[in-house]
Amino acid sequence: MSELEINSACATPTTDQAAAPAPKPNRPKAKSLLMIGEQSTALFERARLAKERGEMVGWSASIFPQEIAETLGLNVLYPENHAAGIAARHQADPLLQECEGPLGYSNDLCAYAKLNLAYAAVLNGAGFVELPDGGRMVKPDFLLLTNNICNQLTKWYENLGRQMNIPIFFIDTCYNHFDYVTEPRVRYVRAQIDQLIKDLCDFTGKPWDEGRFREVMEVSQRNSYLWERANNLMECKPAPIGGFELFNYMSAMVCNRGKESTTAILEQLNAEMEEHIAKGTSTFSVEEKYRVSWDGIACWPYLSHNLRTLKKHGINMVASSYGKAWAIEYDDLDSMARAYCFASTNGDNATTMLSRRLEALKNFDCDGTIYHVNRSCKVMDCQMMEVQRQLSKMAGVPFTSFDGDQADFRNYSEAQFETRIQGLVEVMRQSKEAKCND
Amino acid sequence: MTDLAQNIDRLQMASENPGAQLDYYLKQGKKAVGCFAPYTPEELVHASGMIPFGLWGGDTEIKLAKSYLPAFACPIMQANMEFGLKGSYQGLSAVMIPAICDTLRCMTQNWRFGVTSIPMIPIVYPQNRTSPASVDYLISEYETVLTMLSTITGRMMNEKTLCQTIQIYNEHNRTMREFAAVANEHLNIITPQVRHAIFKSAFFFEKSEHTAIVREIIDELRACPAYSWTGRKVILSGILCEPKQVLDSFTENNIAVVGDDLTQESRQYRTDIPETGGGGLKRLALQWNARYGCSLIHELGKPRGAMLVTLCKDNGAAGVVSCMMKFCDPEEYDQPYCEADLRNAGLPYITIEIDQHNASYEQIRTRIQAFCEMF
Repeated sequence: MSELEINSACATPTTDQAAAPAPKPNRPKAKSLLMIGEQSTALFERARLAKERGEMVGWSASIFPQEIAETLGLNVLYPENHAAGIAARHQADPLLQECEGPLGYSNDLCAYAKLNLAYAAVLNGAGFVELPDGGRMVKPDFLLLTNNICNQLTKWYENLGRQMNIPIFFIDTCYNHFDYVTEPRVRYVRAQIDQLIKDLCDFTGKPWDEGRFREVMEVSQRNSYLWERANNLMECKPAPIGGFELFNYMSAMVCNRGKESTTAILEQLNAEMEEHIAKGTSTFSVEEKYRVSWDGIACWPYLSHNLRTLKKHGINMVASSYGKAWAIEYDDLDSMARAYCFASTNGDNATTMLSRRLEALKNFDCDGTIYHVNRSCKVMDCQMMEVQRQLSKMAGVPFTSFDGDQADFRNYSEAQFETRIQGLVEVMRQSKEAKCND
Repeated sequence: MTDLAQNIDRLQMASENPGAQLDYYLKQGKKAVGCFAPYTPEELVHASGMIPFGLWGGDTEIKLAKSYLPAFACPIMQANMEFGLKGSYQGLSAVMIPAICDTLRCMTQNWRFGVTSIPMIPIVYPQNRTSPASVDYLISEYETVLTMLSTITGRMMNEKTLCQTIQIYNEHNRTMREFAAVANEHLNIITPQVRHAIFKSAFFFEKSEHTAIVREIIDELRACPAYSWTGRKVILSGILCEPKQVLDSFTENNIAVVGDDLTQESRQYRTDIPETGGGGLKRLALQWNARYGCSLIHELGKPRGAMLVTLCKDNGAAGVVSCMMKFCDPEEYDQPYCEADLRNAGLPYITIEIDQHNASYEQIRTRIQAFCEMF
């Protein structure tokens, strides 16, 4: 694999080149990266063919228990993943304009939602911009919703349901205000899962096969293990890859968590990382002077600028609170209910968030934390300041934050990012020097 | 007429100066629990022998809260956090926070760590209300709340007091609905400002006291001859419509408010607690499951626009003013469909941005003037 894959996939405007090092020769793509590309293409292609055959296609929230749809053999696509791709390819502008203009939505809303609502309007004949990918995200016949990430998803899917007059199959996971998932929550979510399975079978005409579910669950658990393992291999010094590269593999966990193709990709990824560790090499092409944790969703429209700026200072992002949300572990429907309640730190109280982040900072021996104040995501931003204060004090690790957005390119300043990172580097350098002098 | 004016004055004073009303109860030796908006289970506080006290933000300069919330957080929550941090809420025995939107999720944690002198009691309502399991889940949330409340009072609420509380709250609901209907016959007296004050003041009184005052207002209004309003009539929709300068803009333009779909006003009174169907906690949970037409409560099909059309027709309103709380994403998601449904029904619709910390209201005045020209 190569960090250049990200750069080429997310070619940014010329201003982005300011922080760029001298061009390097292209290295061959890693096998795992080729595999993930094929898997992603296959997901959309299967859905398109299914639609052509008259079969149903669903759209799903990204941390929905997709093992249910996988067991039923349903074709499901993921609007959040799709919107991130559009944003990373710098194709968001017409859709954002459509959403905030003719469709009448507020600029304040989540940019994933805005992109998707505009895209859906076009599929539904109510929007008139050209779809950047020719419409490979085919029109859905049903929606799969969970709100473990945020409450905006509930509203977003309400609107999709009304716009396209299609049913919503909903699992309400409830925010965890305590440090654990309470038993009444587990019972509520388990009851919803049971009902959802029945309703989805009735709607699609597909039978529930308990044996098949067990197989899917095993695959899903294997994938969660492999994903977590790959993330944990970043503990090595130097880390075997540039941390941003792990973002490339997230679609496997978001969209294909219950598939064996994901097992193959993640086994390959683990093998490639282990090979680097054995050789003492890394795809992070400069000296790893600083190791940091990244808090929040990737700033997809400026991923390349982020990476180039960090690399300029020898900063590798070795830990992320974001990607590991999809390492969901369980072994039956009850524990599945509990696991999906607790998957996203957005659904957890500050104590849980802090303990997870503290563990990551220690395990990955981070020198600092970068907080993405993601304008799209109030649930991340509105308690971030308190988390920053407490975590920095607990871990003795400095932090910085920058204003950005997961998909709206208008909410980011390259100059601010560069200045903030420079400031963080100065503090991290002083901190390292102080440790050396002790 | 003197009594009517005095009663209205009393509620206006409470609405404009909740702090004095809190002191009034504290001096009586009562305990009060702050209730973050919206849909906090006040009944549990009341049945525990304490005063539920609404916390709806207010006009204050945001300084301390900037260390907890970004500039694009809900203005009500910014103000509540500011008031909490600077000590304005001292005297409250606890605050209760419903994690009903993304910002409120975070507010439970900001308060927990930021305002340690006032304990925080969280509650999370179920949103998949078609699931029968939502009732048992919500009862468990209520029981957790009650346990936390008992640490303040030193005793547990009992079923008898909860049933009495439920009667008091249902009677208050009926009274507020009756007031809204009677007010429309007296729009010369019940101006937009007065109407707002009578609704808002409910958050700062023990409910049976508020019911008694509003009951007197209703009777006094009925004793007056009905007034034929020749100006424009509108419905307000949103979270809330304040401060005073916004309401003044309606009066200046000869606009009367004849109904509302505001969280701070009529939304909370649409749905009574069932009289039968189980114990008090279960009936409270069933009330939650029967609530409707609110951006903060998940419903299929976006029914709010159609509901607003009916509200206009039933009250002779010529259009709807959407009072869009700044940075309120649940309301923002509903807006396009509300607007489309009203336009399809031939009803004018305008949006004004509500920010309790606004310095200037000229833009709102201009928009309301423009709205008048749409009629």
